[in-house]
Amino acid sequence: MIVIDDVWKSFDDGKIAVLKGVSLEVKTGELLALCGTSGCGKSTLLSLIAGLEDCDRGEVRIDGRVWQSEREKVALLRREIGFVFQLHHLMPDLTLEENCLVPVIAVGGSMAAAKLRMRELAEMTGVAHRLDRSVRELSGGERQRGALVRALMNDPRILLADEPTGALDEENREIVFQLLLDLVRKGGKTLVMATHDKEMAQRCDRVLQMRDGRIVS
Amino acid sequence: MILTNLRRHRVRTAIGAAGIALGVATMLSVVGLLGGAVKMFERILRSDAEMVVFEKNVSDLFFSNVKVEIADELAQQPFVKSVQPVLFAIVATPDRPVVTCFGIRAEDGRLQKGEWLQGTVENFQSDRDGIVLGERAADFLEVKLGESVELGQHRYPVVGIVRLENGFENGGVFMPLKACQDAFHKEGVASILAVALAPNHEPGEVKRWVADRYPKLTALENDEFSKTYSQFKILKTTAWVVGGCAFLLGGLSVTNTMILSVFSRIKELAVTRVCGFSRSQVVGMIFGESLIVSLIGVLLGWGLSTGGLWLLREVPALQGYIEPRVGWQEVLGATVLAALTALFGAIYPAWYAARLKPASALRFE
Repeated sequence: MIVIDDVWKSFDDGKIAVLKGVSLEVKTGELLALCGTSGCGKSTLLSLIAGLEDCDRGEVRIDGRVWQSEREKVALLRREIGFVFQLHHLMPDLTLEENCLVPVIAVGGSMAAAKLRMRELAEMTGVAHRLDRSVRELSGGERQRGALVRALMNDPRILLADEPTGALDEENREIVFQLLLDLVRKGGKTLVMATHDKEMAQRCDRVLQMRDGRIVS
Repeated sequence: MILTNLRRHRVRTAIGAAGIALGVATMLSVVGLLGGAVKMFERILRSDAEMVVFEKNVSDLFFSNVKVEIADELAQQPFVKSVQPVLFAIVATPDRPVVTCFGIRAEDGRLQKGEWLQGTVENFQSDRDGIVLGERAADFLEVKLGESVELGQHRYPVVGIVRLENGFENGGVFMPLKACQDAFHKEGVASILAVALAPNHEPGEVKRWVADRYPKLTALENDEFSKTYSQFKILKTTAWVVGGCAFLLGGLSVTNTMILSVFSRIKELAVTRVCGFSRSQVVGMIFGESLIVSLIGVLLGWGLSTGGLWLLREVPALQGYIEPRVGWQEVLGATVLAALTALFGAIYPAWYAARLKPASALRFE
């Protein structure tokens, strides 16, 4: 379970307040959509959950634990959390396979087992035949599906998705989003997704609306 | 990951490695050339002798004056097997910068060790003017046996041409000691005395004898001489300083390469952090890349210096003075310096990469 307890966050020495006392709980296996306009604090909230930013006030607990030290944050990102961005953020000069194996290199796990898992995920997402291709050769939809494979490589229990379909055309948007839902549901994972898209948000278990750094509904 | 990063930025890797390669090549070449010159000069002094006697506190052996009669007196001592006086001189010749002249006695063994190409060792007589040329010297002076050659103010008949292993000697002129003294106004003196010890005697006996009788002279064992002779020290220091400067430039090249490498992939580094890379892994990756670039540079530089020195040795105009010596110590020294350069060069980029905040870096445009 993810518990966010009265979290405040500002940037530029407090001049820009982004989160203003956000509190919420996400149950294990729940699919939560965070909706709201740009700048309302959705992405920052995801960064705080992943430990990529520190709260000014309040705390984020995952499974009852505050992951605070550098070592704990690294462990969180290695084992507990997978992150999908609006832009795929794959390394352009590498093949899709090399990109997908980056999280495994970080953990130092078995490469043979990792490659089996990668192939399985790639087949589920329809990019298995493109694994040996450079990212430059892939279409936008394939890149985002590749990013999804990378996020799931270490089998995280929580998937954070920041506008995961925001940069895709309509056809690919539906394909990638459906894949995301299928993989999360099938794996019993928790999903916290930031999105503008109300229709997609409605397909999650719960939708929270954010405005001006607060949860309003 | 390290190798992959270097492979996908080949040009950047090549530029970084080239910087180190030039540093390594410069260092090995300069150290090799000067080290070779020092070794050649050491071998001239040794020539079957274990000790050298020369004038105390001279900056250069060419300025040392030791009376030849001391050689004869020393040769009488029971702890001495033989003493050979040698006079060093330098003379200019047409079209060539300088030729080294060695004034020696006929019984000096060094000519007997050579391969006689023209004439015989018996032609070289102490009481005559006939000179013997090293093979290289004969080549560039363009003279043969029986012809004469002008050195300084005099002409000398060539009584032999000999191929010698030592580059200085092979490019030099051997004159009878007396003729050499006359030619260079060094009547009755030599530059050094090369002393061979009698069996079961210690160098200390020669040192004490010289110190007691001739306090203005000094007697050193060959190794002591090599370590203390100021010209050798200057040459060796110069070699390492020039090489060090070259490395400094190489280090700047690596630093520049690594800074570029980090700044051009800020987002990538942020993604690796989001994928679970710790700060220390990122730092290790940057240092690793820098070290591999440096290692490639060492190999390239080693190859460059080997090729360059081989070419230099083959240039006829260099008169056989090039006998580079690049030993494992020099290669190890260059490798260690390259590794240190790589590590220092990577400190700032690694520090910068470690401080990156992934969330901010991903917003970076």
